[in-house]
Amino acid sequence: MMQVSNTFKTLLQLTILCFSLQSFAFSDAKQEGTVSSKEQVDEYILHHIKDSHDFHLFSYSNDAGERKHVGFPLPVILWSSNGLVTFMSSEFHHDDNGEVIVERNGSKFVKLHSKIYELDANASAVAFDEEHHATNAHKVLDFSITKSVVGVLLVGLFMFWAFSSLARQYKNKSVPTGFGRVLEPLVLYVRDEIARPNIGDKHYRKFTGYLLTVFFFIWILNLLGLTPLGFNVTGQLAVTACLAIFTLIIYSVSGNKDYWMHMLWMPGVPVLIRPVLAIIELAGAFIIKPFSLLVRLFANISAGHIVVMSLIAIMFTLKESLGVAGATGLSLVLSFFITLIEVLVAFLQAYIFTMLSALFIGMAVAEHDHDHHHDEQGHEVPDAEDVRADFI
Amino acid sequence: MDTLLNDFSPGLFIVQTILLLGLIFLLVKFAWKPILTSLNEREEGIQGALEAAENARKEMQNLQADNDKLLKEARAEREAMLKEAREIKDKMIADSKEQAKVEGDKMLKQAQAAIESEKKAAVADIKSQVANLSVDIAEKVIKDQLADKSKQLKLVDDLLGDIKLN
Repeated sequence: MMQVSNTFKTLLQLTILCFSLQSFAFSDAKQEGTVSSKEQVDEYILHHIKDSHDFHLFSYSNDAGERKHVGFPLPVILWSSNGLVTFMSSEFHHDDNGEVIVERNGSKFVKLHSKIYELDANASAVAFDEEHHATNAHKVLDFSITKSVVGVLLVGLFMFWAFSSLARQYKNKSVPTGFGRVLEPLVLYVRDEIARPNIGDKHYRKFTGYLLTVFFFIWILNLLGLTPLGFNVTGQLAVTACLAIFTLIIYSVSGNKDYWMHMLWMPGVPVLIRPVLAIIELAGAFIIKPFSLLVRLFANISAGHIVVMSLIAIMFTLKESLGVAGATGLSLVLSFFITLIEVLVAFLQAYIFTMLSALFIGMAVAEHDHDHHHDEQGHEVPDAEDVRADFI
Repeated sequence: MDTLLNDFSPGLFIVQTILLLGLIFLLVKFAWKPILTSLNEREEGIQGALEAAENARKEMQNLQADNDKLLKEARAEREAMLKEAREIKDKMIADSKEQAKVEGDKMLKQAQAAIESEKKAAVADIKSQVANLSVDIAEKVIKDQLADKSKQLKLVDDLLGDIKLN
């Protein structure tokens, strides 16, 4: 009981710390001028949700009224029509509206809403249509070390350091000490609560490495997203899509004969229905399952970021109607509790992604000879696994 | 949907794929494999230790039972030995009593036989002495009274009448 309350206290302190730093970063970090109107808040939040090409910590106005940005630039690596181009993101001078043009290798580049465009050969400035789409520029393949990539690298290094040092501890003692004592139960949790029950005792060992990697990768990145550093890695479609496709490839490659049989030529149903079922099953396996994985993680994390930032923004948006103290108080209370929930969501989404990956893999490697029953007419009686799959 | 597709960055996707592949490979090789192997070994070790303890407990119980059995057997054997010793003692006493009795009887019989034969010898001796005496007496009587034939006969009859055999 004591321990639980201590853990809770630590969690609370951590959350307060994160929250206070976040609100500090938010209230000070401004792209251009100050953020106070609803439109500016919307724009700021949408900008935050996107990936960015420089690592921006905060901005302030100096005595002369100039905006100063604190942060550091990141390398931009592009595959343009004239080959590979690299330069530092500071060349754009914090511009995000396509005004600053960077010329490299005979190509002109602009940054527009966190995306880098290459201008057409004869253009000297970006032209926009009514919907504010660039008409004389096209996107380039962007391999830049963006903020998300920095996050991935940091988490990757951290995981490699933490878990390889845990692995080294086992060489001379059977029970780890220090930080390893925290990590070991988590590893055991993923193995015993996610991998083993969903994949089965016979096959789980082969997939546990992937599941552990994905679980800790998502969880740590989710938590990193709650810090005032402003990472939103697991809220990037590209990242969640990559994770989902990894799962798709793993369960498709390791699927056994029964799995493909049930997908392509379902036994126990009239022959005419089988092709229809095959289409549905194929769509389920190759589109719906990975799509549900990638959208669930992306949407939950993005929504969390939007909600937390919107609640923090109450202190600007409701300043007129509630007064400074009222708006700040309301914003503090609401965003504090939402941040608490977000800490839970960070774990929950990592758990769900890993659990569903394990479940999909488990369905692909399950041995069906004993656990499928057929009734008198030869129809298959759905077992728990099939029923569970219908709910996902 | 349009915004989502616009936000999707193929470059980030490729970078993320490469990094994730590298991360999975490195972690599997340097972290998960040794960790899971060690955890498995440890769990098997614990399982083995528990089983060994259980076995030891059972063995201990068996040993205890064996000890009890041995003790019981020893006690029974002691009992039996004591009983046997008592029986032997009783038997020996009885035997010696019997033997003593037999020996005594035998000695008694021998003594009786000896007495009998002594008696017979004595009687025979007496008889012969009596006979001799008689003859002597008769001689003397005869010598004295040979004259009177009637007296001689009367004397013989008297003498004979006096002598009584046992």
